[in-house]
Amino acid sequence: MQREEVIKTVNHFLVEEIEIEEDLLKEDALLKENLGIDSLDFVDIVVIVEKNFGFKIKPEEMKEVKTLGQFYDYIMGKVN
Amino acid sequence: MRRVVITGMGIYSCLGKNLEEVTQSLYAGKSGIGIDPMRKEYGYRSALTGIVERPVLKGVLDRRSRVCLAEEGEYAYMATAEALRKAGVEMDYLEKNEVGVLFGNDSSAKAVIEAHTTAMEYKDTQMMGSGAIFQSMNSTVTMNLSTIFKLRGINMTISAACASGSHAIGLGLMFIRNGLQDMVICGGAQETHYLSMGSFDGIGAFSIRENEPTKASRPFDRDRDGLVPGGGAAAVILEDYDHAVMRGAPIIAEVAGYGFSSNGANISQPSDLGSSIAMERALNDAGVSAQDIDYINAHATSTLQGDAFEAMALDHLFSPYRTPVSSTKSMTGHECWMAGASEIVYSNLMMLNSFIAPNLNFENPDEYSKNLNIVPKTIEKNINLYLSNSFGFGGTNSALVIKKIL
Repeated sequence: MQREEVIKTVNHFLVEEIEIEEDLLKEDALLKENLGIDSLDFVDIVVIVEKNFGFKIKPEEMKEVKTLGQFYDYIMGKVN
Repeated sequence: MRRVVITGMGIYSCLGKNLEEVTQSLYAGKSGIGIDPMRKEYGYRSALTGIVERPVLKGVLDRRSRVCLAEEGEYAYMATAEALRKAGVEMDYLEKNEVGVLFGNDSSAKAVIEAHTTAMEYKDTQMMGSGAIFQSMNSTVTMNLSTIFKLRGINMTISAACASGSHAIGLGLMFIRNGLQDMVICGGAQETHYLSMGSFDGIGAFSIRENEPTKASRPFDRDRDGLVPGGGAAAVILEDYDHAVMRGAPIIAEVAGYGFSSNGANISQPSDLGSSIAMERALNDAGVSAQDIDYINAHATSTLQGDAFEAMALDHLFSPYRTPVSSTKSMTGHECWMAGASEIVYSNLMMLNSFIAPNLNFENPDEYSKNLNIVPKTIEKNINLYLSNSFGFGGTNSALVIKKIL
């Protein structure tokens, strides 16, 4: 899967499902501080990622994922 | 002792989505009952139900609030928002003052069943999502309302079967009367989804007159064959009288008396003695006698036994006075956990507009209801004082006496 495809899918669900403003979706945006994703939102993101990409996010693997760009890369690593 | 008044109310039910629509339905004697085809697919004996449209809350509430709201919570939000508007209470007031919330609710079955179905499919509880826990607890309505409206007073759910909403108002009365709160949002909420009522249908309690949905709920009528479930939500803003006057709030009515009892007997069978005790206590609490009551909004759900026992109790207390009686469940079906609150809103609307809504489908009395003055068609009537009954499984009884502020 190409990175552009991952970005498109992730951004789509962040806007449509998590209701984050599209303008905020920058590679260096911090998931918590800039996008306002809290622990409950993350539970829903786990569900959406499993349904969209077919794998389950492991919380321990997310410790180093701070920005949206790193999140795209994390998914890229999992699906490829 | 502090007097307690209603300064706002809201309703979302099969009779309408706001006070104006519901007033029109009540006056017209319009039934809100229909058929839910999914019930047959699921294995219900009866597909009859009050038809309530889900509100669209996207754009009204933020995502987190919506994700945590179960169906009955959505209805409760709509009713509460309307009640607060009518009471002239805005968010700024709620943030600066201590306001409580007491709602009657006794299930959130849809959320529980859907979470279970997800777990069975994925074998992973995380796939239930973040809202499941907040939707599936019995206190889902009050936990969500208190969060959405930033409430900081008494905050809990009353679970007392089909008397839940009535007890919630009774307890709100006590909190304010005793000086513990100045304002409490009280109400009742009831889910209507087919996943919520299967077990009730399973005990054969529902009418099977599916070929005539609007004639299926016929409280006190000789040919009744069971209740029709309904739902939605109702809310009333209870407030200390002096506090309401000081605020310049519109005063709709006074909650004058609350009576309760428990039958101490069968889990599903009602009792004329138990319900009489609750009614007499409510009258005593209000400092009035039976002959003062202008209207009785009966609990009467259209079941054989329930209506008969209530008719016996009403005959015992009110027959000499020919007090007009109607059951609005003839139009709404049995709104269960919500009924005790919605029937206060329905009756307040009658009191404000000087009419009595009909007990639809009362065509022939039985040996018990023949002694009562049941109102089969809308009548114009000035109401200064009314009684509202609510009874539930396990023998819980609640009665409220409401008085017009003259």
